Amino acid sequence: MNFCLNFPLFLIVLSLASAVICSVLNGKAARLTAICLAALSAVLNTVILFYTYRNNISIPYLMGHYPHPWGNELRISPMEALFSAAFSSILFLCLLGGTMQIRQKVQQDLSRYFYVMTCLIQAALLVLVYTNDIFTGYVFIEICTLSSCGILMIRKNGRSTLASVRYMIFSLIGSGLFMFGLIFMYNVTGELLMPNVRSAVRVLWESGRYRVPLLTSICLMTLGLGIKSGLFPFHIWMADTYGTAIPGASAVLSGLVSKGYIFFLVKLIYDVFDIRVFYASGVQNVLFVLGAVGIILGSVSAMRENNMPRMIAFSSAAQIGYIYMGIGISPGLGITAALFQILAHAATKPALFLASGVLTNAMGGAKKFRNLQGSGYVHIWGGISFTFEAFSMIGVPLTMGFMCKYLFGAAAFDASVTKLVLTLAVLSISTILNTIYFTRSVICIYRLPVAGDRTRERSQTSFIFAAAVFIAVNLFFGIFGKSFIDALGNCVTIF
Amino acid sequence: MKKFKEWLRNWDEDRFMFAEDKEMLEEEEESGGDSWRPMTISGLERQEFRLFTRAFPVMAGILALVMILFLLSAVLQLPAFGSADTPPAKSGTIRRYVEQGMQETGAVNIVAGVILDYRAFDTLGESHVLFAAAAAVFILLLFARDPQESPESKAILRSDPILRNTAKVLIPIIILFGSYVVFNGHLGPGGGFSGGAIIGSGLILYDMAFGPDRLNKILTLKSYRIIVLCALLFYSGAKCYSFYCGANGLETIFSPGTPGRIFSAGLILPLNIAVGVVVACTMYGFFALFTREQI
Repeated sequence: MNFCLNFPLFLIVLSLASAVICSVLNGKAARLTAICLAALSAVLNTVILFYTYRNNISIPYLMGHYPHPWGNELRISPMEALFSAAFSSILFLCLLGGTMQIRQKVQQDLSRYFYVMTCLIQAALLVLVYTNDIFTGYVFIEICTLSSCGILMIRKNGRSTLASVRYMIFSLIGSGLFMFGLIFMYNVTGELLMPNVRSAVRVLWESGRYRVPLLTSICLMTLGLGIKSGLFPFHIWMADTYGTAIPGASAVLSGLVSKGYIFFLVKLIYDVFDIRVFYASGVQNVLFVLGAVGIILGSVSAMRENNMPRMIAFSSAAQIGYIYMGIGISPGLGITAALFQILAHAATKPALFLASGVLTNAMGGAKKFRNLQGSGYVHIWGGISFTFEAFSMIGVPLTMGFMCKYLFGAAAFDASVTKLVLTLAVLSISTILNTIYFTRSVICIYRLPVAGDRTRERSQTSFIFAAAVFIAVNLFFGIFGKSFIDALGNCVTIF
Repeated sequence: MKKFKEWLRNWDEDRFMFAEDKEMLEEEEESGGDSWRPMTISGLERQEFRLFTRAFPVMAGILALVMILFLLSAVLQLPAFGSADTPPAKSGTIRRYVEQGMQETGAVNIVAGVILDYRAFDTLGESHVLFAAAAAVFILLLFARDPQESPESKAILRSDPILRNTAKVLIPIIILFGSYVVFNGHLGPGGGFSGGAIIGSGLILYDMAFGPDRLNKILTLKSYRIIVLCALLFYSGAKCYSFYCGANGLETIFSPGTPGRIFSAGLILPLNIAVGVVVACTMYGFFALFTREQI
């Protein structure tokens, strides 16, 4: 076995260990540890990606001396490596770009805990992506939940504590429902390892035994992960949570944590529920409808907002809706589109949150658009980053946002006529709504300030670097994304 | 249309706000949104709140009822609990654990064998769940109050002679018993989680009876962090080695030994000790943080 297949194990253990080590370091050293860890993980996962993609490898990796079904397992394939590499690099950029805010807004003695939590989030994301065992997935979902609450309430003013309590309640309901679903699944199949569960589910579905518990299990697990990632009727925690947390935390949460849950759901759909059983069960239609309604209502709520982070948060709810709509459209192209949307949104939303963070900071902490007039002149790089990412969200050609909308449209032609009409309608309406509220906010930050001249603020080098990389990646995949999407589609078929 | 135009022009005005909230928010905005004073709920949310308090019990009741019926109907169709032909009983996993667990792991206590050897990765995650919970409580409570002001009620409790004398007798026994449960985890019922909880309760009792000052001589915030660090690093390191060997088909230096001996079962005994330390520290840490915001 090639040595680089051991990298996921090393990275997971190293992330857990660095979290513990960060708790005894001072803030500065902890920051360095967390950033280096994220960079290392990005590099090593890229190595795994190239190795597995070139040799077309998709193999289980034993965690211990006991083969399945007695012990735990990871599974290593190009898809997993791609998503781990993407998540780690985005975490790296979030930490670089958000440093200033963390230093300013977190109490001195507590800043190390921010990095403890990000290391734990990285470990949890790696396991959620790589695991081949449902119960291991559940354990690391718990770690993810706890550490997300931690980075949300680290700001320690009243409102953000309230928001993180709300987030915690929603998130725990999600975990609970997922656990119920897992218990039902274990009871009717007697297995926890994903491939074994899948073959048992296939047999049960064909024989028709335990039909109701099986459907209940699929519904509960999907619903649980849906609640945790902010599917439409459960998106109401988003505005307050992302609106009050420090920008770095909102970026990590919206870009990575919710995407990690959705990737885990896609993995469950392929490896546990079985793709045919899932698309015969009717759950995908519910996801389609909730996703479509979420897109429209999320955008409408974003239009009503006059507070910048809250507006971005509602737009996040709409973007999550796209992903679920994609899952609902069709197994092949629909899921490819959904996966690409996960990557695109994960590469765009954190940059928006970071940019809104520096813009509000440049205007002395004001979050209302009224008070942000002219902030684009005060903080040049914040303005550029915000404008570009806003265009990507709208779906201007040459950006990743355009590619996503194009893919959803193309995927819809695969599905039934009703879904085709609905998808195209939702896509066009939401593009109009997106254009209205994002263009409005871009115009607002470049409007000349009403009174008083502000001196231009110097951007921090790490923020400029992060913003520039986000823009470059977005342009690259927006222009040359075709072959990447083909490769992604191939990986989906062998998932 | 006219109304829409008007709305579009004034979209960033605050709507649905009471006057005092508006002032409050303006103040908040001027201070940079970073004041440590808790913000009040805005007017819109207050209206929502009123509606919410009225509608909530009814809606929650209906939702809970629907959920109960749905889950009950699913549970009724599950295989009967404990019967021999349930899918979990028919799959070979349980049989293998029960029949070969002792030879393979060296642990007489099969549960310890399953959680610390067969499925050790889950338990590695589980012990970091405890660490994450402790870290989250640190974020929430550490330095939340001035350390000088100590609540009076606990001082009264501490001077209680009955509590002090009972604690003097009980604490050694509790800690000894807890250690027994930890060290004996691979031989009989027990293990790191239960034994650690017992030791933790002993520490809490000591803290309640004699106050934090005497315990602080050996357990400060710094030493607390270092103890947890050592336990978790040992756990991660040992398991990383064992997973690496397992995945690459190498022999480990740990052998199951003779089942029934105290030094047997390979890594299970040291892992139990590490888990016990983490659990005891976490329990005591929660108590200390929730009562006085520091350790």
